[in-house]
Amino acid sequence: MSTLVLLVATGLGLAGLYFLLAAGLSLIFGLMDVLNLAHGAFFALGGYMAWTTMELLGFIQSVALRFVVALLVAAAAGYLIGVVIERLLIARNYGDHLVQILITLGLGFAGVALLGGLYSYDPRALDQPEWFTQTTTLLGARIPNSRILIFAIAAAILAGLLIFLNRTRHGLVIRAGVENREMVSALGIDVGKSFTLVFGIGGMLAAIGGVLGAVYFNGITPSLGTTQLIFAFIVVVIGGLGSVVGTAIAAVLVALTQQLLNFYAVTGAGDIAVVVLLALVLLARPQGLLGRQAR
Amino acid sequence: MSTPLLRVADLHVNRGDAHVLHGINFSVAERGVTALLGRNGAGKTTTLLALLGLLPGRGSVQLAGEEMLGLPTHDIVTRGIGYVPEDREVFSQLTVEENLRLATRSETTSAEVNDRREVVDGLFPILAERRSQAAGTLSGGQQQMLAIARALLNDNQLLLVDEPSKGLAPAVIADMVNALEQVASHTTILLVEQNLRVAERLATDAVVLDQGTVVFDGTMQQLFGDPELTHAHLGVSGGTMTAKSTTTQGGAS
Amino acid sequence: MNPTPVAAEESSTDSATNPPTAEKEGPGQTAVADRSAASRRMGLGVLVVCAGVLAALPLIDVSIPVVLPGPISSPGSMQILGIGLVFAGLAVSYDLLFGFTGLLSLGHALYFALGVYGTNLLMDVLELPYAVAALIAVVGVATIAAALGALALRARGVAFAMVTLAYAEVFSILVLADPLRISGGEEGLALASAQVPDFLNGVMNSHRRYWLALVFLVVTYAIARAATSSLAGRVWEAVRENEDRVELLGLKPFGFKLLAFTLGCTLAGAGGSVYLLLVRGANPGVAGANFTLALLVMVVLGGAGRLWGAALGGLVYGLLDLRLGALGNSGVLDGLPDWVERVLSEPLFVLGTLFVLLMVFAPGGIAGLADRLIPDRTRGRERP
Repeated sequence: MSTLVLLVATGLGLAGLYFLLAAGLSLIFGLMDVLNLAHGAFFALGGYMAWTTMELLGFIQSVALRFVVALLVAAAAGYLIGVVIERLLIARNYGDHLVQILITLGLGFAGVALLGGLYSYDPRALDQPEWFTQTTTLLGARIPNSRILIFAIAAAILAGLLIFLNRTRHGLVIRAGVENREMVSALGIDVGKSFTLVFGIGGMLAAIGGVLGAVYFNGITPSLGTTQLIFAFIVVVIGGLGSVVGTAIAAVLVALTQQLLNFYAVTGAGDIAVVVLLALVLLARPQGLLGRQAR
Repeated sequence: MSTPLLRVADLHVNRGDAHVLHGINFSVAERGVTALLGRNGAGKTTTLLALLGLLPGRGSVQLAGEEMLGLPTHDIVTRGIGYVPEDREVFSQLTVEENLRLATRSETTSAEVNDRREVVDGLFPILAERRSQAAGTLSGGQQQMLAIARALLNDNQLLLVDEPSKGLAPAVIADMVNALEQVASHTTILLVEQNLRVAERLATDAVVLDQGTVVFDGTMQQLFGDPELTHAHLGVSGGTMTAKSTTTQGGAS
Repeated sequence: MNPTPVAAEESSTDSATNPPTAEKEGPGQTAVADRSAASRRMGLGVLVVCAGVLAALPLIDVSIPVVLPGPISSPGSMQILGIGLVFAGLAVSYDLLFGFTGLLSLGHALYFALGVYGTNLLMDVLELPYAVAALIAVVGVATIAAALGALALRARGVAFAMVTLAYAEVFSILVLADPLRISGGEEGLALASAQVPDFLNGVMNSHRRYWLALVFLVVTYAIARAATSSLAGRVWEAVRENEDRVELLGLKPFGFKLLAFTLGCTLAGAGGSVYLLLVRGANPGVAGANFTLALLVMVVLGGAGRLWGAALGGLVYGLLDLRLGALGNSGVLDGLPDWVERVLSEPLFVLGTLFVLLMVFAPGGIAGLADRLIPDRTRGRERP
């Protein structure tokens, strides 16, 4: 029983990571029709930015404080780089989705290789506040606090995203744009600005995911984001394009399935099961991916 | 004579490989309703899309003397164009209230917004009632009202309305026509319609397209007064449409 | 500015005048050469000469510093060039799917990997001679491709891309997790050299393996060229442009797409069995998503929809990938700060950046650039 509780708890932590990666992807694809293949690089970038920040701030005694600052720096970097990339490279190819996708492909390759050149491919561990490695006992299981924190942060971000989408004008434009981009322009609104915003948000979320991922996987490598990306895609497809709530639910489903099957069946079975699930969902609706909802 | 509000000159538009509009010319006078008519596939909706910049085109489109062709859609629209698309295209996941809020442009002051909201609420009380409902749950007729309401929230010089009667029951059409009539009294409208009764009721002028060219540009009276013209361009006998003429074709006096 | 490599006399889409807002499903016009296959085929004479030159390379003793580790005819260089040729053929096979038919398959590497692993396992476990093992493996790949394709092609566009990606991922996971204990997991498999004929084994026969790779490229190119000039090829291009229109014309796109898919994947499988000999083993890296994406880069780099472009892209990619690391050791970059040198020695950094620049400024790839530089390349509108 306690094993089950532990698996569920760590599964929820993993779900938090998937949500952070997938939410950005979902909005970007839902609004812009761009399959962002560079998303994994943002994830890794976040982890490395955090690592470097913590190194530079080594003079600060409190690891927890350094970690918080590192997280914020990574988030900001993810946002800014997302905005710059969208403005410089993606926006000029408005309408040609294939070229946009290919550009993200090249950026993904270059980004990961850049990080590999700068930091080498060996995993780098983040300094973690002691509290992370301690456990909390819940229902007889000893759950690492870091997992709980990751889930909590992801949940807080989910709430923040929902408030943003449902209560601000920018959010309103994005929700409408996910449904019908052209009509939004026909109302006199510059959809391009929303594209930039969404790409920036996506980068920011992925970067935060990377910092937390470095905690979850006990180290960051340049290709960590890319290997997790396939699962993020699965979450996006199952959750429904442009739907933040859908992404959250799907993230939990996918992560728990993976964790439980990998443990109770055989290693790798969980991974294969969710990938097969992706294929099945896609094939059940051969006319295209799941309908767009922006909520 | 005053300059026309909208002047279209030598407009060519392609859709994919097909050359749909072959250098059309027409103008829309300020005030009143001009109907853009023609059979299916004549290029009516394509014309509207090109005016809005949603389709690329070559030639010239001038709104109140300013060239619009080539500008991005949102720029064109903020110069004062309201659009009521074919098939409504309301945002089904957003509430009625949100749909209206989205349509309010930033140049419109909040005082003006309030005034216009009042007018809209007066025209379409049903919408006011269903303010917090998701637009996707509205009936076809109600969605049409919402689509029209959207276009009324800003100070628009020109309204482009595309087949507002499409898919609506006759009783609902009557309501919709009333609403448009009230709007037409102080705004210029370019109305694309297949339903000739509606067109006749609302419009004073008419432009007829056939296979991407303009084949008639004049008043509704001229068009429907001459049964041969009506038949040739619109494929119906003029006689059945106007209350004045006899019921059989070629009802010459 | 709109970077559309449009051949004015052939294109009737006038998208160059205004910011295009009407969006189409399927590959954008800019990344794929706009002219029909017939009018942009590389002349047969040119191709024969190229093949001849390539065949003669093992006889040349010249050194090209940095680009190759030793004289052209040395085993090291022969291996690198051989791999380049296999990549070229592989890129051609992918071009059939992506460049001509517009199928964005993100799992092409799977079939290549099946060729590599399959051939080796047949030799190892069943002790079949190389030629027989390779043949059976290719037939196996064809069957699997047809089956998987029939399923995947029920989806279109990005959905199709993701299904194919899913396939490749499953295979990759299986290879690494190795439940049946046959794939060697992370370490891969060593070549079952006992089953390889003597004339292809050993360091001194590196030039023979090179020639085998050349044979693979030539055969693949010939098949691809014949297929794309045929009626099927014409339908593929029509499907790429506008699949709905093809249906309206009364043709069933599904069968044609499946044909392109199966053919391309089978050729990739054949490439795998040749690659096995060149690298002397099976490595799980060939099954990864990274490699398929690399294929996409190869094809677009060279020019999607142009066979010679794809081949060239494959060759260039292969050389860059294998030799960029040597750049760091060569002393050319010594003046630069350490971290710059390390980053520039990462092949994927250079390739990725190059690719992005290419997409921004010349989406037609190398072939697209050639089109623009050589003004009158029209070979006449040959319609067989």
